[in-house]
Amino acid sequence: MTNPSYAPERETSEGKVFTVTGGDWDTVVSGTDPVTDERIIVNMGPQHPSTHGVLRLILELEGETVREMRSVVGYLHTGIEKSLEYRNWVQGTTFVTRMDYLSPIFNETAYSLAVEKLLGIEDQITERATTIRVLMMELNRISSHLVWLATTGMELGAISIMLYGFREREYILEIFEMVTGLRMNMAYVRPGGVAQDVPDSAVKKIREFLIMMPKRLKEYEDLLSGQPIWTERTQGVAVLDVTACVALGVTGPVLRSAGLPWDLRKTEPYCGYETYDFDVPTSNDADVWGRYQVRLAEIRESLKIIEQALDRLRPGPIMVADKKIAWPAQLALGVDGLGNSLEHVAKIMGQSMESLIHHFKLVTEGFRVPPGQVYVAIEGPRGELGAHAVSDGGTRPYRVHFREPSFVNLQALPAMAEGGLIADVIAGGASLDPVMGGCDR
Amino acid sequence: MVTTSPDKDPVTDAKQHAQRSEPANESANPTNQDPQAPSAKPGGGVPVQATPVGATTGAPAELPPSSVAGRGMFGISGSGDTSGFGGLVRRRIGVGGTERPYGGYFDEVYDALDEAFPGLDEAIEKVIVDRGELTLHIKAERIVEVAKAMRDDESLRFELCSSVSGVDYLGSDERRLHVAYHLTSMTYRRRVRLEVAVGTENPHVPSVCSVYPTADWQERETYDMFGIIFDGHPALTRILMPDDWEGYPQRKDYPLGGVPVEYKGAEIPPPDRRRSYQ
Repeated sequence: MTNPSYAPERETSEGKVFTVTGGDWDTVVSGTDPVTDERIIVNMGPQHPSTHGVLRLILELEGETVREMRSVVGYLHTGIEKSLEYRNWVQGTTFVTRMDYLSPIFNETAYSLAVEKLLGIEDQITERATTIRVLMMELNRISSHLVWLATTGMELGAISIMLYGFREREYILEIFEMVTGLRMNMAYVRPGGVAQDVPDSAVKKIREFLIMMPKRLKEYEDLLSGQPIWTERTQGVAVLDVTACVALGVTGPVLRSAGLPWDLRKTEPYCGYETYDFDVPTSNDADVWGRYQVRLAEIRESLKIIEQALDRLRPGPIMVADKKIAWPAQLALGVDGLGNSLEHVAKIMGQSMESLIHHFKLVTEGFRVPPGQVYVAIEGPRGELGAHAVSDGGTRPYRVHFREPSFVNLQALPAMAEGGLIADVIAGGASLDPVMGGCDR
Repeated sequence: MVTTSPDKDPVTDAKQHAQRSEPANESANPTNQDPQAPSAKPGGGVPVQATPVGATTGAPAELPPSSVAGRGMFGISGSGDTSGFGGLVRRRIGVGGTERPYGGYFDEVYDALDEAFPGLDEAIEKVIVDRGELTLHIKAERIVEVAKAMRDDESLRFELCSSVSGVDYLGSDERRLHVAYHLTSMTYRRRVRLEVAVGTENPHVPSVCSVYPTADWQERETYDMFGIIFDGHPALTRILMPDDWEGYPQRKDYPLGGVPVEYKGAEIPPPDRRRSYQ
């Protein structure tokens, strides 16, 4: 019965502690006295297939009912905010892109907007760069929502939707690869603009995507919306109303599923979102079902925005004209990702010493950012993604803090789960769409 | 707002000069210059043989660089810029704060808060308007009352506390640990930043959890990273770092850590020991 690979059961001041490794549930049940110990405490995670990454939940159960729940985070803490302070401002994008790995473009954009606000160059960002940012953000929103749909479906027992969701997401990642050279963690949006122009082949692929995606959305709805198990598992589950959402700081699709049309793209527009024609989907259900409906509708709205952004793409510069800020290299996309273009290397190495000095200063030292602090918030796929950036006037960030919607939203999980069934903890947690890379940073 | 170049500010220049003229090998213990600084325990108790170069990169927004790392490794003085590259004008935010009118909706917010919270004059330290953002510096012990007024008053209605984060202004401010609360009014679509400052000897700030429940984890994170103790918080424990961790990683005197990496025969030092241009 005892497996030497696992910790043995032991007596503690809190009662008997078991290490459950699967198949020995009988040991646990026989070890508790059903008369006096009605409540057992179950530790779920941090490695558990349905806790959305390394999230750990500690559940106090009475039968199958959750009486109390605490979530433990921090298993994916990588000190990104600290590391940022030792790199220059442009290098910061390569760090923030790794925070919430399902929405890298949003992290980069929030960071870049904050740096641009500190520099006071918001007005100098070219129209093409802004349009590309919007285009990429909305593609990223769709890919993030698709992962949500795929994983949530899987966690609730619908395996097919997992395959379909990841299939379409793969298509978007291919578009990202065509544009940026990388599928994830692209460091594509930089302070001052974007790193690379969108090639015509990518525009063509996005157009194809716009034709394909509505049909696929229909397929998802055919698979899930009328399905009794899906409706049973989602309707009336993990309810959180507007008051609770605002008190707990929950934003994004969860807040909109409770009925409040709060979307920063509409309420505090940035990147020219006020000029795009789209709606903010809401629902009055305030449950997992409502969040599913809102996210699917948001994919449709994102498709509308992408189409408008594509129509607006006019040739033009993608970086600010200020050569003291704009990254000096003209990057070229090779088979192994982005790299310096040979033309640029030939120029700085063979023709212009001033260009070499300029390149060297900007790449090794970076630009100086006037001292002060700003807070910039954008609407990420999970809610308000805020960047609080402080500069001391130097070439490195003095402090950058990300208001991560995953982190803030996870606080609401006990409010959703306590008093419900243990199976609904999974549905509720999944409906918050936490990404632990963003939560723990 | 005072906007000057650092080189034209005599006080600033003198300070910079004084710090630059020290011998470079004093870098072993730079923070001891200031008896107020909590340098007795660098890294909050984690044993480090010396404060690493770069651990205190740069200086805070309001005062000139004070750290050894801020001087860089090239022995330069002034901006050191011979290329015209650092041509950006360095703005200096007036330490005294901004004078009225603040512009935009900021005057309206201030007046409404003044009306809703009678003791505002002695609770507020200064008002700063910079880059289109309003920052109200509040005395730490009054933050909960001010936050409550901000949330409840009809003409303020800051229902959402978007973000709570800490900043360590080591070397510029005796009360070096700052907490910034970013409040959002969904009704009026406005944002305001409240800021409080405390020293490291007595880093106590009342918790705003009772006003904004969402501050719970965010205050825990700020405690975890900066060691700011939020009085009245329901369960102030570490959240991102392990429970038995010593020290507060986001403080500026806490080393980054890291090991040198060897690549094709060359050794690349960890990030905080690389050459610094600041």
